[in-house]
Amino acid sequence: MVEVNTAEKLNKKFLREGMWPTIFCNGCGHGVVLEYTFWALEELGWDMDKVVFASGIGCSSRLPGYINADGLHTTHGRAIAFATGIKAANPDLKLVVFTGDGDCAGIGGNHFIHAARRNIDMTVIMINNFIYGMTGGQLAPTAPLGSIATTAPYGNIEPPFDICNLAKALGANYVARWTVNHPYQPIKSLKSALEKKGFSLVEFLAPCPTAFGRRNKLGDIKKHWEWYDNNSILIEDYERIMNYGTEKEKESIKHMFPIGVFQDIEEPGFFERYEKLVNRLMEKTKKPIAQKAVVRK
Amino acid sequence: MIEVKEDWCKGCNICIERCPVDALEQSETLNKRGVRPPKLKKNNECNYCRLCELLCPDMAITVIPEEIKKDEKKSLLIPVGGRKIK
Amino acid sequence: MIYKRDPKLIRDVLGNKIQFILGDMACVYGGIIAGVSFFGGYPITPASEVAEGMARMLPRVGGTYIQMEDEIGSIAAVIGASWGGAKSMTATSGPGFSLMMENYGFAVMTETPCVIVNVQRTGPSTGQPTLGAQGDMMQARYGTHGDFEAIALAPSTVQECLDFTVEAFNLAEKYRNPVCVMADGEIGHLRERIVIPDEKDLNLIKRTEATIAKDKYIPFTNSQTIKNCKVPDFPTFGTGYHTYVTGLTHNEKGFPATDKQKDHEKLVKRITSKITDDADKLVKVEKQNLDDADIAFVTYGASARPAETAMEIARSKGKKVGLLRLKIVWPFPEKLVSKLAKNVDKIIVPEMNLGQIYHPVKEASCGNCEVEVAPKIGGEMHLPDELLKYLGVKN
Repeated sequence: MVEVNTAEKLNKKFLREGMWPTIFCNGCGHGVVLEYTFWALEELGWDMDKVVFASGIGCSSRLPGYINADGLHTTHGRAIAFATGIKAANPDLKLVVFTGDGDCAGIGGNHFIHAARRNIDMTVIMINNFIYGMTGGQLAPTAPLGSIATTAPYGNIEPPFDICNLAKALGANYVARWTVNHPYQPIKSLKSALEKKGFSLVEFLAPCPTAFGRRNKLGDIKKHWEWYDNNSILIEDYERIMNYGTEKEKESIKHMFPIGVFQDIEEPGFFERYEKLVNRLMEKTKKPIAQKAVVRK
Repeated sequence: MIEVKEDWCKGCNICIERCPVDALEQSETLNKRGVRPPKLKKNNECNYCRLCELLCPDMAITVIPEEIKKDEKKSLLIPVGGRKIK
Repeated sequence: MIYKRDPKLIRDVLGNKIQFILGDMACVYGGIIAGVSFFGGYPITPASEVAEGMARMLPRVGGTYIQMEDEIGSIAAVIGASWGGAKSMTATSGPGFSLMMENYGFAVMTETPCVIVNVQRTGPSTGQPTLGAQGDMMQARYGTHGDFEAIALAPSTVQECLDFTVEAFNLAEKYRNPVCVMADGEIGHLRERIVIPDEKDLNLIKRTEATIAKDKYIPFTNSQTIKNCKVPDFPTFGTGYHTYVTGLTHNEKGFPATDKQKDHEKLVKRITSKITDDADKLVKVEKQNLDDADIAFVTYGASARPAETAMEIARSKGKKVGLLRLKIVWPFPEKLVSKLAKNVDKIIVPEMNLGQIYHPVKEASCGNCEVEVAPKIGGEMHLPDELLKYLGVKN
């Protein structure tokens, strides 16, 4: 007799009583990301007392409210900075940050860059629906060229933001991008990201039928989910065709979103290095350096 | 067989669209929100792949494997959702 | 490594009991003595020395120092560290203080204890970075959007920079509110003699942690362990209380409740009444020669020093002048100033701005006496001769 984990069991363990069903629209990808997170956490078997969820503002920021664990719902774009502070106060806590495309790549870009550069030990799950959904459908920095939004009624003329390549360049320990359509790869990837020491980024391309879909001729939920199927390509295939393919093949995949694991390395994190520094200082003789400071000035 | 929490279903139909063996359809009853939750077809070929359970944005479907069943198609992938083999 | 306050290690690291140091460094000493274990800062003149001092000393006592990418990140990390269980502080000046206002409001709404040291400089905008002013006093009270109560202290000497930073932590932990230490560029870059207080003379307050059973615990209501206390017990992250903390209007359990007028009113009134109920306990002033005074100076911070000299010169010439120095500027001691206004003919408010604390003084005086402001901007402190002109005394 095999014992199988079911959605029912996960509901009882991870959800806050009385908060479900969610405020998300039907067909929204956020609920699916939450579900994948639950499956990944269940696989890892973490103590939920020691996991802290932080979030910014937007549809993605509502996710910690549904999880039965400590949650910090902060101001727009600053979730990563708050999470740095929580980790600094108690490095035994495990941090998971839910953020959106505008929250992370727009207003929060600076905090994202520096947390990735410092390699702070946290997992950032960025849910990218190419639009500012909660506030009614304004343009987001990650929106594809030509897409329509309330603040870009004639089509977007700005090139989109590719956050995975930025994180890769900054040296984050784990960078991956997935769509929400096929469950197995994202759940495995989330597991690796959560377990990894150092900064991990998992970007999810999630559908938003209400704000993005309706304005870009993808209002039908089935059509919208299929759009992601047809327009994403594994990173290995993408690079192979771009390097060795014919011109016709390159044209056909140029507009697609590359998905997969972009980077998976093991560099030391900020708090590992800081702990070494503190130990080094504590071992020295207790000669006060305050006097040196006065003389130097 | 599947168990559906009818009040949680939002009627997005993702489970119905994405079932690989087309085993689900909309039921006739309306739930509290005014949408039709899914149910198994009369003649279905459900092979317990559990994609509907993994994809539902509201975690409203649970798939329960039965002991006595028709010839089970062995799937090549082990569902990562968690078969703990004792 | 979770920080544990070790008094002996702290005193070893700080050095001699009597020292001659900068005002900014005194703020560092005050923080370390109070048990700060996280400092998130960003360099800005004239507060960079606070960050530099913390970078040298905090790792040696086991705390964490991070130079964040900007002031917004600094205050965000400080609030997050407070929820992780640490005493945390940051230091900045005028432009940085303006940037921090949004998250300052978040700290008020979520009732997070933290300390912000604002070494004020002339403004608006970049102004004169190396010269001091007192132009942020109203911002400390009304800076962020919405209704809230602020606590702010104004040190006049380098010893007070140390003492007031320790006091700021006590007030922040007691009321679960952010507290500002409003130093200025003059005092921050001044060197004076300080005495490090002994351990037995300190009365350090730490927040009341939540210890009640998890199913009975209510995060945002009156204290469940202390009677008649409007400050909730603090559920540090990681202790198993699974609290949801949000800046949205929330109900007692912490969940968003944004569509009812009564919920918001109840929440904001409880948060503001934490401080207004204790307004009498939060009066801290220094009185000099007020018993028979005809004219009084009401002042604070660096402006109190020339005012004191002017008072002494005037007294030597026979003019009856007194001085009321505000140590805690916000909440403003209305009753005290009201009483003073009934006993004197004129109040003069010397400030290094165009008149900010002048307004609550005038309001509190209720027309019982004349109130005049003695403004000075441009980075220089008042000269005693200038203040004597306001008194009508020739030197």
